[in-house]
Amino acid sequence: MAKQKAAAINLAFNHGWTYAPAPESTDHIEIKSQYDLFINGKFVAPTQGQYMDSINPANEKKLSSVAIAQTADVDKAVKAAQQASTGWQKLKPSERGKYLFRIARMLQERGRELAIIESLDGGKPIRESRDVDIPLAAAHFFYYAGWADKLAYAFPGRDAQPLGVAGQIIPWNFPLLMAAWKIAPALACGNTVVLKPAETTSLTALKLAEIIQACELPPGVVNIITGAGSTGQALVNHAGINKVAFTGSTQVGKAIQKALAGTGKKYTLELGGKAANIVFEDAAIDQAVEGIINGIFFNQGHVCCAGSRLLVQEGIKDVLLKKLKLRMDTLIVGDPLDKNTDIGAINSKEQFGKIKNYLRIGINEGGNMHQSNCTIPNKGYFIKPTIFTDVAQSSRIVQEEIFGPVLSIQTFRTPEEAIEKANNTPYGLSGGVWTDKGAKVFKVTGKLKAGVIWANTYNKFDPTSPFGGYKESGMGREGGLHGLHAYVKL
Amino acid sequence: MSVDTKRIAINKTYKMYVDGKFIRSESGRYFKCKTANGNTVNMCRASRKDVRDAVIAMRKAQPAWAKRTAYNKAQILYRIAEVLEGRTEQFMQASTDEGVKPAQARIEIETAIDRLVYYAGWCDKYIQLFSSVNPVESSHFNFTYPEPTGIVALIAPPVAGLLALVSLIAPAIAGGNTVLLMAHSKFPITAVTFTEVLHASDVPAGVVNILTGTMDEVIKQFATHMDINAVVYAGPSDDTLTLLESNAALSVKRISTNYFGNYADANAQNPYLILDLQEFKTTWHPIGL
Repeated sequence: MAKQKAAAINLAFNHGWTYAPAPESTDHIEIKSQYDLFINGKFVAPTQGQYMDSINPANEKKLSSVAIAQTADVDKAVKAAQQASTGWQKLKPSERGKYLFRIARMLQERGRELAIIESLDGGKPIRESRDVDIPLAAAHFFYYAGWADKLAYAFPGRDAQPLGVAGQIIPWNFPLLMAAWKIAPALACGNTVVLKPAETTSLTALKLAEIIQACELPPGVVNIITGAGSTGQALVNHAGINKVAFTGSTQVGKAIQKALAGTGKKYTLELGGKAANIVFEDAAIDQAVEGIINGIFFNQGHVCCAGSRLLVQEGIKDVLLKKLKLRMDTLIVGDPLDKNTDIGAINSKEQFGKIKNYLRIGINEGGNMHQSNCTIPNKGYFIKPTIFTDVAQSSRIVQEEIFGPVLSIQTFRTPEEAIEKANNTPYGLSGGVWTDKGAKVFKVTGKLKAGVIWANTYNKFDPTSPFGGYKESGMGREGGLHGLHAYVKL
Repeated sequence: MSVDTKRIAINKTYKMYVDGKFIRSESGRYFKCKTANGNTVNMCRASRKDVRDAVIAMRKAQPAWAKRTAYNKAQILYRIAEVLEGRTEQFMQASTDEGVKPAQARIEIETAIDRLVYYAGWCDKYIQLFSSVNPVESSHFNFTYPEPTGIVALIAPPVAGLLALVSLIAPAIAGGNTVLLMAHSKFPITAVTFTEVLHASDVPAGVVNILTGTMDEVIKQFATHMDINAVVYAGPSDDTLTLLESNAALSVKRISTNYFGNYADANAQNPYLILDLQEFKTTWHPIGL
């Protein structure tokens, strides 16, 4: 009987046959060999003429050259945003909204092209950029477009006014989507914007600049300047901006918070996370396994809200681990442009090194590492889906954000223990709860100190749904009605 | 020989208030505070250890306070107003000791009482006002509601009287936070007197804590203490605020201001001051069978 049960679990998903490659064609997309800075409605060369390479992390080949904005360029962009501010604020709110609707529509029209570029530039599987990143980016513009002329209803008893110029710095894990999260609410509230994409993933932001140009948005309302950390620093420190919106690591977020002390600039920070995904004995196990997989391996684990700590109730540990390992073996790691691919390339060489270092740390700390038995390409930055068991609450791979496809697994006996372990990190961005009991869901979600909690699901996003963290995961919300608050004076 | 019937007044020993107890500083130190009529009184001079002790008490008290029903929190705030109303004359004395003119003192005390009633009324309403059900595309019931930020340090403004203190404390505790108020070194008398009202109003131990002392000594710790979640500064943009903001980065602490030139102003009370000390939680709950 026991043997039969074990055999039933051992379903062989991908033994004996393989998927034929199904790569997305790239002949219809356009990537220029060199991109300049988008300032005051035009593409202009950087003052010092410096460019950096944008690399395809799946094959380490150069895709394009992207301008590096220096302090003088940042200054130009901020001045353009300041000059555009008056006109943009004077514009009838309903007309302001129309520009955002235009952008949303054009993002949809060019959705496939953007998805392919996103996958080429960032390494994420095409299935994800096509079905998640790009549609959500368009939906975000569409959602906030409608707010532009309804702000009076958002803040009862207050007359919401724009802040002025917003300096926005975004990460490399969801390049176009993060640009949308930042730009759409800022513009809807009547602010103008200087946006800096991450240095490894500038291309879709520059395509967005082309779209903004094509939508005839008044010059200077959105400026997009590319570069590395020093460009971002110059933007944060520029006296002409009124607001900083940052998404990225907690370390950089803290540096920004410190830099902004005493300046009177408003800021919102969307920082790191180390979310617990809690599976109770009464959960639908197969569904939970899907949720665990999606929680940690979605976007190669480059997700601030990734479910990177699995907390499983002791009674189901063995069966759940077995099912999880089997499911991991079915994941296809490889060419991001292949529609069959589940896990694409690690975004950059730097991140690749960082994740590999954490694997070593995990092993050295006494963790028991297991990786799926998939094959990975010889070139490019790829990491097999990885889980660690036999870890302690104090292990570095349990406490620190790895930002890769690495899951640590702990057990618990009671809901109280699960809650205590879940809350025992400096972070508080997200969490997951798996149980068949509605009352337990509400009890546990109520006690988790985190801003976004998924019950019997994971990594779901929507423009109407506020997103953001407790504790060292940051402050302020993006998305939904609450996302407007970050861009207004009350 | 006739006996002199002159009565010797009982002078008050001013103490701090932590975890529902009237305490002296663990350091045993004091500082001298001059009243408006020239008397000198001794005040406890809080140490950094006192701050740490208070934070432990606040952390312990906070979940239970947040878990009290909104109705119950509302009644406790209302109860503070009730008790205060009966002690108006005591606060007239404390305010004038701090140099407030009697006519002004009466207006401020009455406003402070009304402000407590105002925030008592918000306790069971702000969550409705600031929450939302979000129409997401997928089949989920998705909702967002505010939760208390947690442990909050309040830095009193350099003004005399009760009103500013109430204006700081009330929105913070109405929102389910526990607070540590650092009284201004020049105006500690009302703050210390107010602890008697709190103690008599069913405010659970550890929910409101009040220290006296010199600001310079403890202010940095308010921002660097890793278990304080937020600091509310009641002062103008100045070096102190910069210092707080700079050190807050250590633990991504929330810094907000609650500073009004005139706390009697109608605008000095509003639900957005509750919102400054809230975090939004969004929950996705599946819809299906």
